[in-house]
Amino acid sequence: MNYERNAQGKAPGITEHSRIRRRSYLIGLFYAAILTLASFWAASTDLVYAPGVPILLAVLAIAQMGVHLVFFLHISSAPDQTNNFLALAFGIFVVGLVVFGSMIIMDNLNHAMMPMDQLMHMQR
Amino acid sequence: MNVMTQAASTSEAVPLSMRGPAPVQVVVGYGFWLFLLSDIIIFAALFATYAVLSGETNGGPPGAALFDRTHVFFETACLLVSSVTCGFATLAVQRRNMLVAFPWMIATLVLGAAFLCLEQSEFVHMLATGNGPSRSAFLSAFFTLVGAHGLHVTVGLVWLVIMMLQAATLGLRPMVRRRFFCFGLFWHALDIVWIGVFTIVYLGAR
Repeated sequence: MNYERNAQGKAPGITEHSRIRRRSYLIGLFYAAILTLASFWAASTDLVYAPGVPILLAVLAIAQMGVHLVFFLHISSAPDQTNNFLALAFGIFVVGLVVFGSMIIMDNLNHAMMPMDQLMHMQR
Repeated sequence: MNVMTQAASTSEAVPLSMRGPAPVQVVVGYGFWLFLLSDIIIFAALFATYAVLSGETNGGPPGAALFDRTHVFFETACLLVSSVTCGFATLAVQRRNMLVAFPWMIATLVLGAAFLCLEQSEFVHMLATGNGPSRSAFLSAFFTLVGAHGLHVTVGLVWLVIMMLQAATLGLRPMVRRRFFCFGLFWHALDIVWIGVFTIVYLGAR
């Protein structure tokens, strides 16, 4: 809330400011609703080439997360948002490490593990 | 306040290191933003667990046989609309407009409660048909991930009720406005996590 800094008297600028932000929530709702409907449609339709559906779903989900960040959380790359933006970038980096790192390691372990029936046989 | 106003207007001339501490609102918002990011990292660990275990059904039903997409669609709609009503409530609170803020807060509360009811009915149905968290590794991961999100929503609703009580008894003083601002950030972040849940868990179910 930048306008809280110069809180000497309620400036008319405040209402104008909040009208812009109210519109931002409505624009965000519009985009998010379209992306959500597209996700549910993509998951249940036969029109999309089946192996491509997970990629399409991932793209739609990432796009919707972006819409939520910009229009609901009001995160941007503006100069007064540098700290927020860098923290977000680091957060995304750690999330990527945790999710994709776990998946790659566990997949490797699965491949390297002896099939279960052979394993049982060896223990006897 | 005066110092801050001067610093803001002459921000070109005064170097960043000499502008003094940031206003409380900025510090509170940034600190809470860092908490939200670490909370999202906890969810990332749960998502990774789910991604690894989602195929391990141990002869039990896979996700595609258990989930009802219409049900999930209504859950998603509830959370999305409640995010917007929460945003309107935050704007009204910042304008210190109690009469506008309260209906939006109540709308957020009702939609959040509707989401929880839908989720609870799904969980109860799964437990009643013997597909509880102990059935397979896949269902353990499912109940941990979706349950953690549901727990966050529950905490958010309790927080919202407390904020309504504080707004009613203390009025919309700066402290209460800051707290409600943080609640808004929390609620929006939960909606972002839910995008991951409905895409990976429900729509990605095989």
